[in-house]
Amino acid sequence: MSLQHYLIVSAILFVISMAGIFVNRRNVLVVLMSIELMLLAVNTNLIAFSKYLGDVQGQVFVFFILTVAAAEAAIGLAILVVLFRNKKTLEVKEINELEG
Amino acid sequence: MMISPELFQQLIFYVFAAFTVGSAMAVISVKNTIYSALFLVLCFFNTAVLWLLIEAEFLAITLVLVYVGAVMVLFLFVVMMLDVKQAKASQLKQSYTKAAILIAAAMLVELMMLFGYKLSGQIPTNELIRQGQGYSNVQEVGLELFTHYVYPFEIAAVVLLVAIVAAIMLTLRKREGNKQMDAGKQININPTERVRIVSMKAEKGQDQDHGEES
Repeated sequence: MSLQHYLIVSAILFVISMAGIFVNRRNVLVVLMSIELMLLAVNTNLIAFSKYLGDVQGQVFVFFILTVAAAEAAIGLAILVVLFRNKKTLEVKEINELEG
Repeated sequence: MMISPELFQQLIFYVFAAFTVGSAMAVISVKNTIYSALFLVLCFFNTAVLWLLIEAEFLAITLVLVYVGAVMVLFLFVVMMLDVKQAKASQLKQSYTKAAILIAAAMLVELMMLFGYKLSGQIPTNELIRQGQGYSNVQEVGLELFTHYVYPFEIAAVVLLVAIVAAIMLTLRKREGNKQMDAGKQININPTERVRIVSMKAEKGQDQDHGEES
């Protein structure tokens, strides 16, 4: 395998998660999962470049991205729990109070 | 027939890449939210194998431990706790599936063109330089992390702390009619306000039987 293989896999992964955000009118949870997938694709890209160019800094960056993504997931899920308590639903259609 | 190591690696790569893409498709297309969370776990596992193949062992294990072990369990907890109703077929029809497929296809074509033509001369095409025995990926990453990136490392710890406090504060709620102590009031009490000493004459008890009954 060369770097190209990894780039193509992560591009496909990124595009799928992009489509997931558009497709999803059901609940916000799956949108959050799509965002996690997107971050995974980006991390794969960073690791592949880091390994094929022989520079370890890319992997350090992936480490930080993992940390921040974990924090983001925790806060996002907490917000979802509060939202569900107040509105009794997680459908994207119903959450439109800020649309004006 | 012997399979050469290179061929074997390619085989593993294609199998796990196919599983990754397939489970990612399943995440966004299955109806049940619990199933999509579980497919996301599968996707993370397969990606960890892909990372292992290019000798990024530390991050592969971190992905399994942190993501599958912590974040996805959190997702599953929330999915099961919130009792999300399953989507009806009629609701799915009026979603933006066509637009999503169109945008995804356009983006994929653009990315492929970028890799295939525009950057074809610039992306390195060499095979991975395999490190010899005694090479430690953990040591390499750790050395970089604790020398050049030690301040960002500390800041990452603070970010996690802020996330803990924020998550707890967001989900904390006061129940109505909950009988709980107010610690501030308890500490700030003044003995002279509570105890009043009254001097009075001793009286004869009225119901003496009461003591024997109990």
